[in-house]
Amino acid sequence: MADDLTAHLLRRAGFGASSDDLATFAPLSYAAAVNRLINYDSIPDDVDSKLGQAGFLGTTSNGPFSPNTVINDARQRWVFRMLHTDRPLQEKMTLFWHNYFATGYTKVAGATSAIDGTRLMAAKRTEDAKGQRGQMDLLRDNAMGSLRDLLVAIAQDPAMLIWLDGNTNTKNNPQENFGRELMELFSRGVGFYTESDVYAAARVFTGWNLRIDRGATDGSNVYSFVYNAGNHETAPKTFSFPIYNDGSTTIPSRAASAGMQDGLDLINALAMHPETARRVAGKLYAFFVSETVPADPSFMTQLATTYLQNGSSIRPVLQTLLQSPRFTDPGVFFTRYSWPVEYLVRSMKETGWTGFSAGTTLTPLVNMGQQLFEPPDVAGWDLAQSWFSTGKMLARMNFASTLSLNQKFRLATAAASAKQSPDALVHFMLSRITPASSLSMLGDLNVYAASAAWTGSDTQMQTKASGLAHLILGSAEYQFL
Amino acid sequence: MINRRQFVKNGVAAFTVGFAAPAFLSDLAKAQGASSRNLVVLDLGGGNDGLSTIVPYTDSFYYSRRPTIAIPAGTVLQIGTDTSGKALGLHPRLTGLRGVFNSGKLALIQRVGYQNSSRSHFSGTDIWSTATPPNTQGSGWIGRYLSTLGPLDPLAAWTTTGDTPHAMLASGVSVAAISSINTYAFSSPNSGAEAVLERSTAASIASHVPVNQPHLSFVATTVQDAMVTLDRVASVGTYRPSVTYPNNGFGQALQMVAGAISKGIGTRVFFVQTGGFDTHASQDPNGANGAYFRLMATLDDGLTAFYNDLRNSGLINNTLVLSFSEFGRRITENGSRGTDHGAASVMLAMGGLVHGGIYGTAPDLNPATSNPSLENSGGDVTFETDFRAAYAQVIDNWLGGNSTNVLGGSFKKASLTFI
Repeated sequence: MADDLTAHLLRRAGFGASSDDLATFAPLSYAAAVNRLINYDSIPDDVDSKLGQAGFLGTTSNGPFSPNTVINDARQRWVFRMLHTDRPLQEKMTLFWHNYFATGYTKVAGATSAIDGTRLMAAKRTEDAKGQRGQMDLLRDNAMGSLRDLLVAIAQDPAMLIWLDGNTNTKNNPQENFGRELMELFSRGVGFYTESDVYAAARVFTGWNLRIDRGATDGSNVYSFVYNAGNHETAPKTFSFPIYNDGSTTIPSRAASAGMQDGLDLINALAMHPETARRVAGKLYAFFVSETVPADPSFMTQLATTYLQNGSSIRPVLQTLLQSPRFTDPGVFFTRYSWPVEYLVRSMKETGWTGFSAGTTLTPLVNMGQQLFEPPDVAGWDLAQSWFSTGKMLARMNFASTLSLNQKFRLATAAASAKQSPDALVHFMLSRITPASSLSMLGDLNVYAASAAWTGSDTQMQTKASGLAHLILGSAEYQFL
Repeated sequence: MINRRQFVKNGVAAFTVGFAAPAFLSDLAKAQGASSRNLVVLDLGGGNDGLSTIVPYTDSFYYSRRPTIAIPAGTVLQIGTDTSGKALGLHPRLTGLRGVFNSGKLALIQRVGYQNSSRSHFSGTDIWSTATPPNTQGSGWIGRYLSTLGPLDPLAAWTTTGDTPHAMLASGVSVAAISSINTYAFSSPNSGAEAVLERSTAASIASHVPVNQPHLSFVATTVQDAMVTLDRVASVGTYRPSVTYPNNGFGQALQMVAGAISKGIGTRVFFVQTGGFDTHASQDPNGANGAYFRLMATLDDGLTAFYNDLRNSGLINNTLVLSFSEFGRRITENGSRGTDHGAASVMLAMGGLVHGGIYGTAPDLNPATSNPSLENSGGDVTFETDFRAAYAQVIDNWLGGNSTNVLGGSFKKASLTFI
């Protein structure tokens, strides 16, 4: 069995651990485990080939399963990937970036079509007939690279060009939406830009538009970034912060034909600003270590410095972070509020998934407050305590009920060795489905398990094993990573 | 928003320690329900273009600055003139609300905002929520009001949104976030006595609140709140309205609010949101499928159903709806036939005891920099009424609270007498 520290690592830098996952990581030292998670390129990305195979999470769809063109199928595929991938940190960082760039399917589909909206959000380039690449494919491929490269890619991503209206940004009518959010949400943060910076940034990106090559039928359009020189505002743009290494705050006037460089200059500057470094470091710290206990300033400085020294690359920052005593401190184990999808995937990893369908996760995720590909607004989901209203907590408890019911027979079979007594069954269930602490609930669970004369019959085992799974998964103690 | 979470965290520790027993809460709910006045706060999310809600259809600059998205004078629903003599019209789709206006139960407050209006959705929403500009951090104004009521029932504040809005956050105030009655239930993998036993066991597990671990306490308390409110909330599901509500999120949320009011479950303040007002592109207020036209359809159909339903049941005199939005929008349309983030906008107040009419004056849309009703070089509408004046009116004259305490100062405005 992997130790507590590795289990912590897999909860935070992955989506929890099934018994197979634990066996994979058990022989590894902590450093080797971190290395396996971070340097995932040598591990084949073949998880999608397991879709539809026996022994894996199922899917439910109207007609053929089509995750590149039907959004609910795309959602199921992503849950499937989180559960079964051998590259859990890549998937985890993809989720991180999805919340960071927070693009919503509904607006993208509204501007195109349901099929094309799904393609622009979720298509794998290798599977799309026209080679269209969904935003999530882009985020996955750039999950650990430099923020600078990611910002350029996202500024030119068709879904983002629709989401923040870059497709309509022209010199006669500069569109502020992308420029504002680039500074407020994607780099420096609120308080580190002015309203006149917003106007300047809007003009910088004039002409960064969307090209649509229309096909004969729905689903064959090709969407791509285009720089329209004729739409670009060529006047100089001055910011309240430095753009160039010499401290100059003005992007000079350029010929329209060369004006695309304006946007690259701005992104290059923003990616390497100390304010951005601190903001990204803070986001990663919150995601991996703690959303509630602020990092000490020296550690934030260390992370921000690592970011800047590596040209805004994320991988070295995570290497530093996951090896840090701040991360490995047992005091932070089980203190991070799980996001709904993290909770849901970990529940399946620990309870079981055979015979369950990703389709059954769709409505519960909405009720828990996290519909994938549909963040509430450009700032992403409200995190930490905000995941836990009464209604959303009931949604978690009710998902636990659905999953426990579905896994009733398998749980009873797996627990056969513990059928001699209710206490043994409670012990078994708590070793399989692990809350932050079992101390406070142990007495209640024992009383629950022993409510009737104990026979250890199949029926009783199914009843109590599923009931216990429901209670543990639905407890406050299980809601933390 | 990090600071908001910081705030919640700090507030929660104090709350969980003194959490009261369910039986006591039930009595509390009855006592608090007895006062029976409700406030429904309506968030028009995204930044509502007030100039398309209340149209200054005689201002030539309105038409010259919005060549493709102005509403023709001939289609507005005329509502007379404001105190400056400017003729105004409601958006043509607000036919139901015009009826409420004509019956004197709808107040329209023009040019509401604050100094140095934030153009950020998040900061703007935070400021309207804290009501302590320019602060974006700290407790919300509704939360502060509720905290003056003493120990609170978990249903005293009910948001129909998934997330607890910042406006409701305050130390010691627990907010029920219930977006659907049907899913607000306790299900079980087993049936009969086993299911009953699971429910009582879940409640018992949640009663062990580790006060030295605020994060665990917070979630355990959330579970407790859920468990003790299940039955009362379920009773709302049996409500049969006298009208048919629109089958959209906003309409269904309002039906739920009407049900909660009718069942008298003790809720004092409701929070309802309808979004999509961030109309940067293709705003189109005129076409039947235009973005803003549809926003108005949702608003009008929902609020009209709600008004008629509560009027029919005799509860409209106990009910006040107050709308806000984080900012208004730029006067001149942009190249996408939309409008960017602006400053002051309009508020609506609706209810049986509302003194209807038009409050405040419309802006003069002449972009000359000397025009005092505009700011940002003539780009945006500047505020005439501080939004806290509207809040103060509601706190003092409707909720029976003390607005000076809740808002940290006196913001009453003599001419603002809508309630």
